[in-house]
Amino acid sequence: MDQLLKLLEHNAKLTSDQLSALLGKSEKEIAEAIAEYERENVIIGYNALINWEKIDPNDCTAVIELKVQPKRDYGYDEIAAEIMRFDEVQTVWLMSSSSYDLSVIVRGHSFKDISMFVAKRLATLDSVTSTATNFVLKRYKEHFFTFEDEIKDERRHLNID
Amino acid sequence: MIDYSKVLSEKVADLKPSGIRKFFDLAAEVKDVIALTIGEPDFKTPWHIREAGIDSLKKGRTWYTANAGLAELRDEASKYLKRRFNLEYNASDIFITVGGSEAIDLTIRAIIDNGDEMLLPIPSFVCYDPICKLAGGKVVTIETKRENDFRLTAEELRAAITPKTKLLVLPFPNNPTGAVMRREHLEEIAEVLRGTDIMVLSDEIYAELTYGGERHVSIAEIDGMKERTIIVNGFSKAYAMTGWRLGYVAGPSPIISQMLKIHQYAIMSSPTTSQYAAVVAMRDCDKEVEEMKNQYDMRRRYLVKAFNDMGLDCFTPEGAFYVFPCIKSTGLSSEEFCEKLLHSKKVAVVPGGAFGSSGEGFVRVSYSYSLDHLMEATKRIKEFLEEMEK
Repeated sequence: MDQLLKLLEHNAKLTSDQLSALLGKSEKEIAEAIAEYERENVIIGYNALINWEKIDPNDCTAVIELKVQPKRDYGYDEIAAEIMRFDEVQTVWLMSSSSYDLSVIVRGHSFKDISMFVAKRLATLDSVTSTATNFVLKRYKEHFFTFEDEIKDERRHLNID
Repeated sequence: MIDYSKVLSEKVADLKPSGIRKFFDLAAEVKDVIALTIGEPDFKTPWHIREAGIDSLKKGRTWYTANAGLAELRDEASKYLKRRFNLEYNASDIFITVGGSEAIDLTIRAIIDNGDEMLLPIPSFVCYDPICKLAGGKVVTIETKRENDFRLTAEELRAAITPKTKLLVLPFPNNPTGAVMRREHLEEIAEVLRGTDIMVLSDEIYAELTYGGERHVSIAEIDGMKERTIIVNGFSKAYAMTGWRLGYVAGPSPIISQMLKIHQYAIMSSPTTSQYAAVVAMRDCDKEVEEMKNQYDMRRRYLVKAFNDMGLDCFTPEGAFYVFPCIKSTGLSSEEFCEKLLHSKKVAVVPGGAFGSSGEGFVRVSYSYSLDHLMEATKRIKEFLEEMEK
């Protein structure tokens, strides 16, 4: 059912009726497979990909590089859990980088908003030894979708072949 | 003033322009059309095939190849036919053409003389008929039927054969119906042909796009048929390489060598860059073909269900990338249906009549489009049908 996951990854709105037609399985089989994936946390959740800039031109996103001091017995998990708790934080990844440890993606209402969040909330955490904030200037593509207008179909439509 | 009508060959002037030109001209005038009309893959050529083409240019391989094509490519074609379709052809019985189109042209020209008859199952792709006429031959059409899932049957074939019959065109998997001939159906056709001198032009350009578990079977694999079959195939549909213009033929050497003569004089050799790219396609791209096929397969199932759900009878095609729903229940001719749909919902599909008289009452819907595109289009067709009922 890899194919089912791929379809949902691209479009979570597909109904079980549509998925059943696409995959040649019964609706019941599809519903059961999805329930199983959800139970097993293979499917973690569903969300909409939103271009917030269209709602608020100042809306912004930053990728923050954190260097942290891992704790004995807990490694990075404890500090990661602490950072995950902030509502502003969208994503937390532990990286295999020589220059930093955690990558944190944060959304805010302005550059200042995010800078203040980093300064007051992240930089002050005990284990955090340094921060570097990278602001996103333009979102081109996320989760397979492009933010620009649709890619044009360059084929000749009115040809008999 | 020159009177060009006197200058032009009568045979050429008498050729009818493609039946759906009119419809396409109409569609071209409507803005923002959602088209389901295209007969070429929506995928781009897999990257390492493109890379091989670029690499050949970088190395300056910009000369003609041998008339028959690169030895390396003919070798690959020989191995490919064995690996994918269990067909035994020496590289010397294969040569490389400019698309499947040239291969069709050469086959018909090499076999058909004035007055010879060519059997053509319809609905089918539009090129066989005019090429046969240019060669001075007579086209005898055989209407395949919905109740047979648009397959050619042995009885239909037998009834069409005359002492003048020289060639049978076997265009399966079929454009526009998506019909395929499975082994058992080909056995029946072979039974009729064995012991005759009738040759078969087996147009297998969609061979890789065969769905439903079993792979495509070529009639050349059936007992006694290899010696009377010319296989036409190409890279366009399987590898999404339409623009590279590359195909090939395989068949009995006495015929292949004569066809090669025409190719030599008319074409010289097929595009060199494309041939280098095609080596990689045949050798390394089974996985890419499989992935594209999976995508088509999902779309196929989606469309068949969508059309049947909206009340248009649509048989389940097992090949190519078209579905062929019946629109007779609307009371419209296929051309009327297409024009009305175009104007009221801005969706373009091709009238089935364009592919021969028995395509009337059907429309060809291509699924070489993204799922989102197909969903939007079927939503509009459904609205169109509902509005007509009111």
